[in-house]
This record gives sequence, C-alpha cells and structure tokens, in this order.
Amino acid sequence: MSALFVLIGISIIVAGSFLAAFLWSVNHGQYDDDYTPSIRMLFDDETKPAATDLTSSIKP
Amino acid sequence: MDSKAFCCEGCRQVYLLLNENNLCTYYNFDKSPGIKAKGKFISERFAYLDDEITAKKLVQFSSETQTNVTFSLPQMHCSSCVFLLENLHRIEPGITKSQTNFQRKEVFIIFDPTQISLRKVVELLAFIGYEPAISLKDSTQKKVFSYNKKQIYQIGVAGFCFSNIMMLSFPEYFSSGNIEQAGLKATFTWLNLFLSLPVLFFSASSIFISAFKGLRQKFLNIDAPIALAIIVTFSRSYFEIISGHGAGYLDSGTGIVFFMLIGRWLQNKTYDSFSFDRDYKSYFPLGVSVIENGVEKNIPVTLLKKGNCIIIRNEEMIPADALLTKGNAHVDYSFVSGESSPLRKNKGELIYAGGKQTGSAIELEIINEVSQSYITQLWNNDIFKHQKNKEQSFIHPWSRYFTLALFSVAICAAIFWAFTDTSKLLPAVTAVLIVACPCSLLLSATFTYGNMLRIFGKNKLYLKNAGVIESLAKTTAIVFDKTGTITQNQSSIVSYNGTPLSNRELAAVQAVTRQSSHPLSKIITNNLGSLQNDQLLTVESFKEFTGEGIEAIVNGLPVKIGSAAFVNELYDAAGYDTGSHIHVLLNKVHMGAFTISNEYRPGIKEAITLLQQKKFELHLLSGDNDTEKITLTKLFGKNAVVQFNQTPQNKLDTIKKLQELHKNVLMLGDGLNDAGALMQSDTGIAVSDSTAQFSPACDAIIDGGKVGNIHQFLAYARSGKKIVAASFILSILYNFAGLSFAVQGTLSPIVAAILMPASSISIVLLVTLLSSVSAKRIGLN
Repeated sequence: MSALFVLIGISIIVAGSFLAAFLWSVNHGQYDDDYTPSIRMLFDDETKPAATDLTSSIKP
Repeated sequence: MDSKAFCCEGCRQVYLLLNENNLCTYYNFDKSPGIKAKGKFISERFAYLDDEITAKKLVQFSSETQTNVTFSLPQMHCSSCVFLLENLHRIEPGITKSQTNFQRKEVFIIFDPTQISLRKVVELLAFIGYEPAISLKDSTQKKVFSYNKKQIYQIGVAGFCFSNIMMLSFPEYFSSGNIEQAGLKATFTWLNLFLSLPVLFFSASSIFISAFKGLRQKFLNIDAPIALAIIVTFSRSYFEIISGHGAGYLDSGTGIVFFMLIGRWLQNKTYDSFSFDRDYKSYFPLGVSVIENGVEKNIPVTLLKKGNCIIIRNEEMIPADALLTKGNAHVDYSFVSGESSPLRKNKGELIYAGGKQTGSAIELEIINEVSQSYITQLWNNDIFKHQKNKEQSFIHPWSRYFTLALFSVAICAAIFWAFTDTSKLLPAVTAVLIVACPCSLLLSATFTYGNMLRIFGKNKLYLKNAGVIESLAKTTAIVFDKTGTITQNQSSIVSYNGTPLSNRELAAVQAVTRQSSHPLSKIITNNLGSLQNDQLLTVESFKEFTGEGIEAIVNGLPVKIGSAAFVNELYDAAGYDTGSHIHVLLNKVHMGAFTISNEYRPGIKEAITLLQQKKFELHLLSGDNDTEKITLTKLFGKNAVVQFNQTPQNKLDTIKKLQELHKNVLMLGDGLNDAGALMQSDTGIAVSDSTAQFSPACDAIIDGGKVGNIHQFLAYARSGKKIVAASFILSILYNFAGLSFAVQGTLSPIVAAILMPASSISIVLLVTLLSSVSAKRIGLN
C-alpha cells in the first residue's frame, strides 16, 4: 500500500508542474495576443530577424 | 503592379518599397514625386513630438540606446498590415523591433533614439499609411491591460485544486465512506484540506470582497449568500477532517468556486479593439503649433489660452473654438456630427472645435480654452462626472428571496431536530446551507449573458458588459440621430452619368482621387474599387484646389475632377440638378459626372416600421436643418417626434425629459455631438462604420450595417431574462433534491459531489442551448 503514497505524491507533483507552467505562460504574456502569431507564422523565412524571440523579450 | 491586388495603400507602398529596392530607406523614398507633398505635410504635423515632455508621456521605457513605445494604429486591418509593420526595421534601421497586436490594433516598437527620433518613427508610420492615433488621452491616462491576469490565475489555481481534490475523493465515494486503511483515509483528507486552502484564500477572495463591499453599503448582493455558503462548506469540512469524523465537502466547495470563476470570466470577456469610455480627449491632438511674436512653436493643447494664434494644417483638428484669421477653411465635422462634406468658412468666421481642416494651412485666433469650447463643455456636464448610475441586475433581488427561503428552511430543520435529535441539528443546518447555495442562479445568469454577448458580437453589436443586455431589454423609447446613424456616411450612392469611361480611364481617375484626402475623393476612390489595369500609373503635377477640385496628368492624360465651377467647361447641365456632383474632364473634354447622395442604411425603414408596431416610442434628433423633414416624418410615422437643429445640449435634455417620464431610453448616435445624449440615455449605442473609426463613450458599439437589425437585438435582449428564469427553475429542482437529503441530516459527500457538478453543468448546457436557439428564432446567427 505504501506504493500508493508515492504515486499520490508523484501525481500531485506532475499536476502542480502543469499548474506552474500555466501560471508562468500567463505571466509571460503568452495569452496577451492569441491572434497575431497565427498571421506571423505565414510570413516567409526572410522576415526571421523580426519574428524570432518575440514573446521572450516583450518586457519593457 | 505586377498584377497583384492590394487591400490598401499601405500594403501597396510596402510592396513597392520591398520589391523595387529591397532595402531602400525612407529617405530614398522621399524623392518620388507626388508623395513629397504629403511627406512635407507630415513633417510639420508631428513637430510636437520633438518636445521632450510630450514625448516622455508617450514612451513606456527609454534609455540612452533604447526606447519602447506602443502606438494604436486604427488602420491596421489585414495580414499584410502585420507583415509591413513587423518589417519596419528593413525600412528604417534605427528601429530594432516592431511587434503588432492585431486584435488590439497596436504596434509595439523598440527603436534606437540615437539613430531615429520618436517623431521620425511616427512620421514613418504615417507615411506608410498607418498614422498612429495619438491623442490627449494617451498623455493623461496610463493604459490598462485588457484582461485581468489575477482572474486567470484564480481560475487556474481553483481548477488545479478542484480536480485534484475530486481525484483524491474518489476512494471515499467508492468505498461508501469507509476506507479500510486509516492511514490512507487520513492522507486523502488532509491532502484535500491543504489543496483547498489556496481556493479559499486566493481564488474565492474576489467573491468575499464583493460580498463585503455590498454589505458595507447595506446592499445584499448575490455574492453575500454565496460567500456564506463557501464559508459554511469549508469550515464544516475542516472541522470534520481535523476531528477525524469524515471527509467533508471540499470537492463540492472548490467546484462551486471554480465554476463561478469561469462564469464570471466568460461574462467579463470584453472586446480588445474597442474602447467604450472615450471622451473628447481621445479625439483631440496632443500638441498644436502656436505663433508667438512671429515665431512658430509647439505647445500642448491644454496650455492654449484665449488670444493665442494657432496654425492648423491639412488633416489637423481644431482644438478649441477660434476665429479664422488667415487662409481658406474647409472644416470637416464628421467627427462631431457625422456629416461628411466639409463646411466652407470665411475669414473672421467662428470655427467650432472638433472639426478637421482639409486643404491648405489656416491661422486661427483662440477665443475659448479647450475645455470651455462649444463641443467640449458638454463634458463639464454633471453626467460625465459620475459613473453611470446603473440599476442593479434583477438577479440580486431574486437572490434575496432565495436566501430568505433558504434561511426559513434551515430554521425549520433546526427547530425540528432540536425537539427530536439534537445531535443531527448542526449537520442538518450546515448541509442545508451547503447544498442550496444560490450559485446556480449566478451561474445561469453569467453563462446566459456570456453566451448572449458572444452572439451579439457575432452579429456586430458589441456590448460593453453584461449589464447592457438588461438595460437594453427594458427599453421603451428609442432616440435616433440622423446623419451617420440612419443615413450612411461611407458608402454613399455613387452614380455616373455621361460618356462611358473605359477601364483605363477609370483607373486614371482613381489614381488622381487617391492622392486627395477630400472626403468626396475618398468616396470615389472606394467606389471604383480595385480596377484591372495593365499598366503602371504615374501621377504627375498633381494639384489640389481646396474646395474646388483636383487635377493631374496620369501617363500623359490630363485629368481634371471637381465641381461644375472648377471644370468650367460647357456641357449639358440637364440631369445634374440634385445632390453633389463631381465632374470629370479627361483631356479637356467633359466626360460626365459622379453623383453622390446620402443613403439610408439598409433595413432601417423596415426596422422602424416594426418598432412602431411593437409600441416603442420613437424620436429623431438631428443637428441638421429641416430640409428632409417631409421624408423623415414619412419614415418615422405620425407618432414619432422628429426634431431638427438640435445642439448637443438639446439632445441631452430631450433624453433627460424622457427619463423623467419614466421611460427607458435607448439612444443611437455617432459623433461627438451625440456623446452627451449617449451618456445620459439608459443605453447608449454608438454607430460605427468601421472598427477603426472612433466612437464616443457609450454602452455598446454597433456596426453601421446592422442598425437595421435593431429590433432583433431588442427582442433578443428581452429573451435573456426568460432564459435565466427557466434555468433558475431547473436549479430550484436540484435544490429540492439536495435539500430533501440535507434536512434529514443525511447529506453524504458523494450526494453533494454528484449534485453539484450535475446541476452546474446541466444549467450551463441548458442556458447555452436556450440562448443559441432563441437567437436563431429571432433571426440572429
């Protein structure tokens, strides 16, 4: 039965890490704009310099 | 243009820009003829951005090598716009990065201030066709974020805790309350206890705060009984767990919080690209050119004093009432009144604030300060100083009856058990309070209104919040504005009479009208649409004669377009006697004329007839003179009140009078002159022809093409209350089932855990279904 205690602990940790990932993504503005990235990904590769690492550096 | 179609001038420009010289700079561009004039105008217009104090108010962050700024670009409308705007660094190396937010119509720009000034950035944007909307408001008010991040965190935490508590409670359900190993049972229940703490103290905090605020104002809102239910549920559960008696009702308790937060979030979802609380500051410019002792300098408009002499250039707004001292004024008051043809003003005449000069620069002498001008003094009215005094939603009184009934049930149960079995008294009373929480009432209202907001939005009526649905449903009187509300601004009827023009000739005409910013030129440009022309058009020696016409040579063909006096050629004048005519001369030969006339919006006549049948009181308030009195009286029928020559204050007063007669007034208007009336009315709907257009403070924004569907929107808003009532009856049935267990003191956690999600989910499904079906029946999609 002690296996159950370990499994419960693991399940809480896994679920907790998903929660942490969710909170982190909200905090980093991944839900700020849910439309423009769908347009942006259609641009040709030559525009890469502008299109890369946008979400990470948005903080003023 | 290599047979490519472009949606707008900006996209065409960038294509030329990127295609022809791949990485050419802005300054190379300036050499091209025809655009030079525009560029010059621009460079004067944004001079105020060189003022450091003004610039500081606009930027979000600045260091020696980096400046961050966000601009609102109302013209942004397609994926090509995003492409162009995110490639600014290719046009101007001083810009490090530009990132757009399409739905909010904003661009976030990082640039190097040592290489390019803020003014140059704005000029570049204006040059490629996206003039940033910089207004007085940007400097006086910091931008608020469009959605509440804390609310999202609360939902996330509640969802996590709820699902884990649910999972840990399963053994309890399946073993019908007797888990054999004591260690396991204790682990489960104590884990539940810890998991529920963030829900109680973090996620549910907004419910407690709202309930507390209501109580302090001696108002029992729906949050008060919900807060009570949450407190009872959690404290009884904690008592059971700590004393080792049972598992408590934490699964139901956290579930309630989770569902309610979702309902609230759905209901509060707003429209990113709309602003519902604009005042004149959103329209007015930040800076203005003033002449002092013969020297021109830029000052913020707020510092304008009586007697100042100002210069207003093409497309600039007149910020305060002033006398014309120099130049030809052609003032476009479409912002204010919705009237699109500019008014001609002569030297010495008074020009009211809010108009835009079209044509050459003029000089004016200020006679009223900005806040004391004819149009802006409307905002000194008391109505703008207070938040709109909205009546509280009907769900609050309903919840009061519900709470009253609930307490009587609890007291009855308490009296019964006090005489029969005192040990069951406390469990029964707390169980009653737990199971019969009015959250299903709240859920039915929030989900119904959330779905209705979505359906209204799909049909292009964008409501500020859910409260507007209720005020819309109560409407008894409807007040219309004329110009721009029941008549169309942008898609006026354009007809052409005369010698038929070939496609190539039409393209030449369009090439010339495209160069002009005159409203009539714009109408013709739009009306001709995208023409198939097989050659590149070069427009040379373009000249605009303000208020008269334009001329240019297109590929060697002289084109002259303008009023009859301007073209000054002999032609048969018969058939050109009504409306505005724009004559076309190609190669000095009169070809014919475009006739432009105002048109009523589609469906408006039918809508008015239907509204009359439904006994709404109809009013028409027009700022114009009564030339159209006969047509309008015919349109609105005998019972309607049709008034002309209405000032903004008159409009506001008319609505006030209607309200004193206990009418619930719906006002439909556009332009700043309706702002007071929109604010005073119970429901103010601003009519907007494109989402890019500014609209005054209001409760809702309607797309111009949908004004004819207003009767359907009213009918749908009325159906909302019925839907909430229907789902409320369902939730009462669930409550009866739960209460029958509760009063006997036998409410097991499993019954609560089944009843709670079952009632919540079925109510959510029912209201979503009902509101969608009702929309379809009314004819909305």
